[in-house]
Amino acid sequence: MTESDRVAVIGASMTQFGQREEWIQELLAEAGLDCLEDAGVDADEIEHLYVSNMTSGEFEGMTGVMNALAHDIGALPAYTQRVDQTSSSGGAGIYAAWQSIQSGASEMTLLVGGEKMTHRTTGEATDIIASITHPVEYTAGVTLPSFAGLTARHYLERFDAPRESLAKVASKNHRNGVDNPHAQFQKEVDVETILDSPIVADPLRLYDFCPITDGSAAMLFCPESVAQEYTDEYAIVAGVDGATDTHVVHEREDPTVMGGVVESGQGAYEMSGYGPEDVDVAELHDMFTILEFLQMEGLGFAEQGEAWELVEEGYTERDGELPVNTSGGLKSKGHPLGASGVAQGVEIYEQLVGEAGDRQVEADVGLCCNVGGFGNCVITTIMEAAR
Amino acid sequence: MTMEATRYDDGTISYPGHPRSRNGAEPVGTIDLSEHTAEVVTWTTSTATPPGIREPNHLAIVEFDVGEVVEDGETSVRALVQLTDGDIETGDEVEPVYTEKLREPGAGIREPDSQDWDGYRFEPV
Repeated sequence: MTESDRVAVIGASMTQFGQREEWIQELLAEAGLDCLEDAGVDADEIEHLYVSNMTSGEFEGMTGVMNALAHDIGALPAYTQRVDQTSSSGGAGIYAAWQSIQSGASEMTLLVGGEKMTHRTTGEATDIIASITHPVEYTAGVTLPSFAGLTARHYLERFDAPRESLAKVASKNHRNGVDNPHAQFQKEVDVETILDSPIVADPLRLYDFCPITDGSAAMLFCPESVAQEYTDEYAIVAGVDGATDTHVVHEREDPTVMGGVVESGQGAYEMSGYGPEDVDVAELHDMFTILEFLQMEGLGFAEQGEAWELVEEGYTERDGELPVNTSGGLKSKGHPLGASGVAQGVEIYEQLVGEAGDRQVEADVGLCCNVGGFGNCVITTIMEAAR
Repeated sequence: MTMEATRYDDGTISYPGHPRSRNGAEPVGTIDLSEHTAEVVTWTTSTATPPGIREPNHLAIVEFDVGEVVEDGETSVRALVQLTDGDIETGDEVEPVYTEKLREPGAGIREPDSQDWDGYRFEPV
């Protein structure tokens, strides 16, 4: 790493998301090997290997997944580390990979995020994810979807936003997912169907929520000077930052503001020199439709209480001013916890190097925001096309 | 049984309590919220509940006005609570009703001995 070097991304991959027969070890290896092939890099060149994963122990009884992956793909004796930051483990993995290159500790870092979830019932999966909550929240039986219901009602009542605006987020992201061959759901869902679907956490309904998903995604990082030995088509990590909000969700001063989104966004903007007006495409953590509004506002794409108006205007459509979740988002693509933040990075990378296929938009600068818990931990990453 | 909020040296109040306030201040006392009514800030009815929880589960974020028992600093504190039923509106005044078991210990992933399982549900005054 020379003084003028920047951190580059030279390869990316994601497995098919959805209900998979493979277990975590196989899913991680699949994405990792595909990523190395995409970049034309041999496994023995990897110096650091990070695995973003939240719950392989709880879901599958499998721990030490980073060690297993290094062995399975032939990356020994690379330094390995598992990165757990709940649902933002993938974003935290990007931050860790960036640090490893930026610090000079590694000249080739592979990041693989993955989760195996669908073999559990919805109740069991919901409970495992809700184990992040404080005892007073856990005793009350709060789940991440019920946090979303509480917040959505508050947002709609306070800002006089129509219920349909949330359904339009889901409909848009499903429409985008049709063109993502790796997405769990590749079908359009109209607003009426969303509004008629069963209530899960009033006022939110089934289609306001992402599915339970198996899958894995990977990115390969190195100094820009090394990237140029392999390819002319790469992306640069221009800015990345992470921040933490309260563990107890109701202790936040304003239920419609995610402090971690605001803080990490400001840090990423400052590092990159870009502002919200410079972002051409964004992947936001739409685990629940209401989160897309909160992140648009927290990241400065909209004033507080006004994101719903932009969605109504088509501002966030693929052909809009700021395409949001061109991948289909977590909503349509799926949400295999530890993989999701990495998959956001994969989408932005593909958009910047022109490999997004039918989802391609014109983009020189892309942003991804990966949310852990209900805004408890957040990582925002800004990437730019190499030039 | 009490429902104790914690007051800190910097004038802030939190429920539940923490070893330090969000600003790093030390605790200086407690307030028993079970002796107060509260106002519903927002609510939801969850139909997809985890193991050991009633279905449906009615939940709310409520705000207690504790101005009568504090001399300075913050005068309100919020809590996430179960409601007795879903017949509720934002802005309703609610009061606590002791409940021996809010959730079945051991039914979920959390270790039964690691926390309490009784507490208060809230219903309209």
